[in-house]
Amino acid sequence: MAAEFAVEMHKVNKWFGHFHVLKDIDLMVLRGERIVVCGPSGSGKSTMIRCINRLETFQKGRVIVNRIELADDLKRIDEVRRDVGMVFQHFNLFPHLTVLENCTLAPIWVRNMPKRAAEEAAMHFLNRVRIPEQANKYPGQLSGGQQQRVAIARALCMNPKVMLFDEPTSALDPETVKEVLDTMIMLANDGMTMIVVTHEMGFARQVANRVVFMDAGQIIEVNEPKEFFAHPRHERTRLFLSQILK
Amino acid sequence: MSTQAAGASFVRSELLPDRPPPANLVGIFPLLRERLFSNWLNIALTLMSLAIIVLVVPPLVRFLFIDAVWTGTSRDACVSSSGACWPFIQAKIGQFIYGFYPAELYWRPNLVFIAGALLVLPLLIPAAPLKKLNAILFLGVYPFFAFVILNGGNLDLRRFLIGRFVRLDGLPLVGEVAGLKLVFWLDFLLSGTALLAVAIIASAIIGASARAVAKTLLLVLGCIALALLAVDFDFGLQPVGTRSWGGLLVTLVVAITGIVASLPLGILLALGRRSEMPIVRFASVVFIEFWRGVPLVTVLFFATYMLPFFLPAGVNFDGLLRALIGVTLFSAAYMAEVIRGGLQAIPKGQYEGAASLGLGYWQTMNRIVLPQALVIVIPGIVNSFIALFKDTTLVLIVSIFDLLGQLRAAFSDPNWSSPTTLFTGFAFAGIVYFIFCAGMSRYALYLERRAAHGSR
Repeated sequence: MAAEFAVEMHKVNKWFGHFHVLKDIDLMVLRGERIVVCGPSGSGKSTMIRCINRLETFQKGRVIVNRIELADDLKRIDEVRRDVGMVFQHFNLFPHLTVLENCTLAPIWVRNMPKRAAEEAAMHFLNRVRIPEQANKYPGQLSGGQQQRVAIARALCMNPKVMLFDEPTSALDPETVKEVLDTMIMLANDGMTMIVVTHEMGFARQVANRVVFMDAGQIIEVNEPKEFFAHPRHERTRLFLSQILK
Repeated sequence: MSTQAAGASFVRSELLPDRPPPANLVGIFPLLRERLFSNWLNIALTLMSLAIIVLVVPPLVRFLFIDAVWTGTSRDACVSSSGACWPFIQAKIGQFIYGFYPAELYWRPNLVFIAGALLVLPLLIPAAPLKKLNAILFLGVYPFFAFVILNGGNLDLRRFLIGRFVRLDGLPLVGEVAGLKLVFWLDFLLSGTALLAVAIIASAIIGASARAVAKTLLLVLGCIALALLAVDFDFGLQPVGTRSWGGLLVTLVVAITGIVASLPLGILLALGRRSEMPIVRFASVVFIEFWRGVPLVTVLFFATYMLPFFLPAGVNFDGLLRALIGVTLFSAAYMAEVIRGGLQAIPKGQYEGAASLGLGYWQTMNRIVLPQALVIVIPGIVNSFIALFKDTTLVLIVSIFDLLGQLRAAFSDPNWSSPTTLFTGFAFAGIVYFIFCAGMSRYALYLERRAAHGSR
């Protein structure tokens, strides 16, 4: 079988008004691949991965996710979103629902899963992220790291084929960053296709198959992490790395 | 830090235990001193408040209880007293509660009151079981039950839809069974079939599932048929037109209908106003601004006296019903704006979280956005409910006599004219309104606290 792509982005362009945020983005992500996207703030990293599940629209180009082309058809968009999990910087958990209800809501209402089965699956994933004892608490009662792990479990409950992470550790205090990163490493070891926007270069080194560097709405450099960190080719990449790796 | 010498390093050898707060912060007296007498301004305000209480409360207690007349059969008992004339209320209580409803039929409103209470109370108690069934019974069945019992049912329906354009009366099927005109039901059957055919053809054209559309339409038509059957069937009850209803009965009918109907309507309008579809948004804005721009009195006047001129001849629906519709639409517009405030308070991240899981628009609204938005605006919603409850009294101007209307009618009874009748009547009305409004307010407070416990 030929190489199968989980996500294909072909010459994607996006404008906010007159501001050209994404310029000719070309990115092909293999099934099972782990991509880390880094770059200075405002470079379009988040916007790019939000185009993959259509949280952002784009004006030119094509995005194909799991062989489904994202067009304006709403049904298609929901179909794609079902199979693409997303973890946000600010968790975006539902504060009026318990941790367990956060995890079972979408399987029950989107996948029409029976409640019992959804709860069993949710407990399985809460076990995986090591917080089963918090299942009946509300998100507001948990620490930031715990909330982010719930958010990961919530996304996993939909059995996604691709997971997107939008700066998952940026809003956490330093003591809890590790527990979230460990959870993500566990996911990577399971063979999940992951696209991660992050500034955690340690994570990139350890887990990524490829590192994507973006600036000014364009992909500047893509390489394996070893090469990327040891021999950055583009000058902009070198400058960026010299700023963040002291 | 200040206890360490500058530059010296410090390592704590043992952690300090928790200690109780200083004694002068605990107990009632420090609290009083702190709150009521902490400075000259507070002392002055405290004394002024005390003076107002002393000036107002004793005369009130004297009027309502000490000097009040408790027994009697006519004005003679009260004419020389300076206190409340409670026998007046006692004598007129039937009129205050039921209006001109025939006294020998009081059991019918009573049955409606009791059934309403039995359905509302478990709905309001969060721990009570069978919420869904309870809600269906209260919202779907109870209105028709109440209407049939109060009005008597047997509405004598003659034409549904097709019958308005084609004369069906000439057919041999003009019989009548148990108050049901067969011509009407033939009309209903024909119209229903025609609607179904149109819906199936339309869904085939736009490519929707004809089966699902037909199923939904059949369900809707079935519910309409049941409702019409209930109001058309002859249960052998003596008809009591809405003209004879009055007093607290009308107040509650108008207020509860307005409250129950305006909330869902308001939610739809609020969602419509925030919709991304321009036509929906525009229609919602026009609707809301129209009803907010017109005084309720005008609405009621228009509905009662002007509407008949615009309706086709022969279409004439009940005066109370028209007032009900006016009140409902009016308060729905206000409700919509209250709820829109709540919708705006929901962060964008909630929508994105829902979208990322593949939830559709209605699922996102029903499961994620509205539960949070409505909790935020509970104070505003209840504010509207209370205002609506008290505004119902405006139906007086279209000759519907609610509690206050009956009260004023009772004042003109010469048999009870005394210097204190007026004050007694208004005191009574005030107490009744207060019980209902304070009840709503306290219940809302309880709901708010409960929601707060849940999520924070």
